[in-house]
Amino acid sequence: MDRRSFLKASVVAGGGVMFGLYLEPEAKAQGRGRGPQIPPDPHNYIMVAPDNTVTIVAKNPEVGQGVKNMLTMMIADEFDADWKTLKIVQADIDPAKYAGQSAGGSTATPTNWVPMRQVGAAGRFMFIQAAAQTWGVSPADCTTASAHVSCQGKTLSYGELASKVAALPAPNLADVKLKDPKDYKIIGKPQVGLDVKNIVVGKPMFAIDVKVPGMVYAVFEKCPVFGGTVVSANLDEIKKLPGIKDAFIVKQPVITAPVLPGDPGVENGIAILGQTWWHAQSARKKLVVKWDEGPRANQSSVAFAANAEKMSKEEPQWTIRKDGDAEATLASASKVVEGHYSYPFISHAPLEPQGATAHWQNGKLELWTNSQQPGRGRQMTAALLGIPESDITQHMVRGGGGFGRRLTNDYMMEAAWISKQAGGIPVKLLWSREDDMTHDYYRPGGFQYIKGGLDASGKLVAWRNHFVSYGADKNFASSAAMGPTEFPQRFIPNYSLHASVQPIGIKTGALRAPSSNAFAFVIQSFIDELAHAAGKDPVAFRLELLNADAGAAAPPAGAQAGGRGGFAPPGMNADRMKGVVQLAAQISDWDKRSKSLPKGTAMGIAFHFSHSGYFAEVAEVRVDAAKKVKINKIWVAADVGSQIINPSGADNICEGAMIDGLSELMFQEITVEGGQVQQTNYDKHGMLRIAQAPPEIEIHYAKTTFPPTGLGEPALPPVLPAVTNAIFSATGVRIRQIPLKNSGFSWA
Amino acid sequence: MAYKLNVNGHTSTVDVPADMPLLWVLRDVLDLSGTKYGCGIGQCKACTVHLAGKPVQACLTPVSAVRDQAITTIEGLSPDGTHPLQVAWQEIDVPQCGYCQAGQIMSAAALLAKTPKPTDKDIDAAMNGNLCRCGTYLRIRAAIHKAAELGASASAKTVQVAHKEE
Repeated sequence: MDRRSFLKASVVAGGGVMFGLYLEPEAKAQGRGRGPQIPPDPHNYIMVAPDNTVTIVAKNPEVGQGVKNMLTMMIADEFDADWKTLKIVQADIDPAKYAGQSAGGSTATPTNWVPMRQVGAAGRFMFIQAAAQTWGVSPADCTTASAHVSCQGKTLSYGELASKVAALPAPNLADVKLKDPKDYKIIGKPQVGLDVKNIVVGKPMFAIDVKVPGMVYAVFEKCPVFGGTVVSANLDEIKKLPGIKDAFIVKQPVITAPVLPGDPGVENGIAILGQTWWHAQSARKKLVVKWDEGPRANQSSVAFAANAEKMSKEEPQWTIRKDGDAEATLASASKVVEGHYSYPFISHAPLEPQGATAHWQNGKLELWTNSQQPGRGRQMTAALLGIPESDITQHMVRGGGGFGRRLTNDYMMEAAWISKQAGGIPVKLLWSREDDMTHDYYRPGGFQYIKGGLDASGKLVAWRNHFVSYGADKNFASSAAMGPTEFPQRFIPNYSLHASVQPIGIKTGALRAPSSNAFAFVIQSFIDELAHAAGKDPVAFRLELLNADAGAAAPPAGAQAGGRGGFAPPGMNADRMKGVVQLAAQISDWDKRSKSLPKGTAMGIAFHFSHSGYFAEVAEVRVDAAKKVKINKIWVAADVGSQIINPSGADNICEGAMIDGLSELMFQEITVEGGQVQQTNYDKHGMLRIAQAPPEIEIHYAKTTFPPTGLGEPALPPVLPAVTNAIFSATGVRIRQIPLKNSGFSWA
Repeated sequence: MAYKLNVNGHTSTVDVPADMPLLWVLRDVLDLSGTKYGCGIGQCKACTVHLAGKPVQACLTPVSAVRDQAITTIEGLSPDGTHPLQVAWQEIDVPQCGYCQAGQIMSAAALLAKTPKPTDKDIDAAMNGNLCRCGTYLRIRAAIHKAAELGASASAKTVQVAHKEE
């Protein structure tokens, strides 16, 4: 650990002082750690103007997860800035200055917790040095608060010291002393989002709001079947329509692989450019296109399901994991439980549809995007246009929701290509809602055929899962994988996980808590089935299972990690999980309350580990004779480490995760017919509305000694099985397929 | 076609097709981008504005139907961002991504104008058309109650001041 970091200070235009966290080139050459606890090589900076205005640069994309506030809080607290007068600016994409400029995997907290605080602390250290020199006192006698240094009755503002600080050598970041958590003034206190004041007055801040001089508005019509190409179109007629500036065919290579790559890039289609978006979109309605739909036009959800059922009865294509002998144990078990589970494709459907603004000029590109992986998008766009990445200037703009949709960069590349093909005019591309829902990277559906065996004492001794997913040649499609350490592996002596896949020609990708958002439903429902079969309390049965921890071990030789997009969770700590299960039972008064509810009302519990976060959730539901479901209350028990950085943001995200999960549970399903996605808007792919939202969500955080980790994703998965397990207890109906609406359920 | 529109107290003349929805006139012609596009079919109400004080979906309102009715958008809800709802939204820290919130606030403003002390049921009925993809509904409920309190105390203060002046 001899990577040395420096805080550099330099006077910048306007008289401010800029700090950056730089690492030595040698450290960079050693490569970036991708593990959750190893900080990559982030940069950040603080500006202090002579009038003592402190500006902090937020480096990561903000799509509603609250990271802009959170990263700033880490720096500001250690820097001893005044939160009330602080300014935040959003960084551009700049791989030379910043690392980890992405939003995904709930990684912002664990990867930034140490380096962002170090940046703030190093800045504070330098201002103390400057003040101590000015006064001729010892730095140890100086204190800081609200961007001022004080000593023996004397006080100077950071602004007054800024020019002196610029001349000081920077400390080694690793030597900078971080605050004792009890001294936090900003971290750990609820901090209102610094953008909220702009949001409530409708200031332009989203990608859809970008406006640059000379800009035209673009729509892009793609084939309803992925990979389809334009044979002909009435472009001459379209170009004559009012307000239309141009219309042209975009030609791109066709991908012929049986399974699409994770981010296949720009599709073929027709771009229409108008003086407003409405002009372009209206012209599009008069577009007559002859498509060659290609080989994927024969796909259908009905056939996918029939094929999965057929595959489930055949030998699995391969084995992902085999511990002990599940087959033999099942054959001799006292009781065998079998469950066939399935879940659908679903769409991300962020409220702001995909879009980007691009300006191709003199062989270079300027971009305004709300991508969750803007750096990756920049690489792909540079490759598409055949220019070096350094010729792309990329601005990050707030995104109206992400949920994983903006991890891919198709819209960014489309905007760039259209601006170039149009001859270098600035173009704002905006997808319609219908474009967004029919050209998504869907959460892949899947099928799981599970058998569990109980011994005479009701102990779970065998588990066999045949996972039927999508892919080809023993490889999974993007985000359609299951890994060799999926729970309850290592907690059951005889565990086998087998897989079979079928090809798919629609795009799939990561949706908030990828894999986990579906697997938790299956696994925690089936564990509930086993608990009831064993005649045991669902909480007690789960704790017993967690007690049977064989310890994490390396996967056996030959185990396949699960291909692309695998999110197999390594290193679940069984004690932390038991802790949140016990906490959930305690805060919901499970032991008493679950046994004293009126007929038709019941509680259900579920837990899941993902993205380093431990969550157990309890739902209390009432189900009437017409299968109308009312969620009375949800209890959330979380362990995401020693510190909740912004309690307001954390609670908001947890509540949102519950509501998001309930939407997935009840409504959401994407189906394919003739190779085309059939749901086009929110009327067919619904979301929870305010009247359906639970009246109360009670959240408790178990503060443990582990470093803080994220919660945007791990909060979500358990809520689905918590509700379906409660429905079972209330009605005796075991839910094995979602969404619930397909089984006649609706919200009360 | 030329249309004379009264938006947030200012009169503007726009030359646009008769069937162009008010949403796109506001966003792309008048540069008032606070009103958001979400679905285009009246499912999400992110585009809610007030027409003669009543909440309407700008994505479904052709410009030709506006006539002389005053239009209020989020930018014109208050001169300085101090409408009780705008204050409450900040105090409760409602938004996550924030994209739907202009529509939420405009629907809530219409509710409070009619029902200054709404119950949870009133709120659910008035706000059920507004989708929030991030799921901030519990905070929206809390913020509307908070705004009702702020609104009531603002009125009370006005009354007190009025008495003093007498």
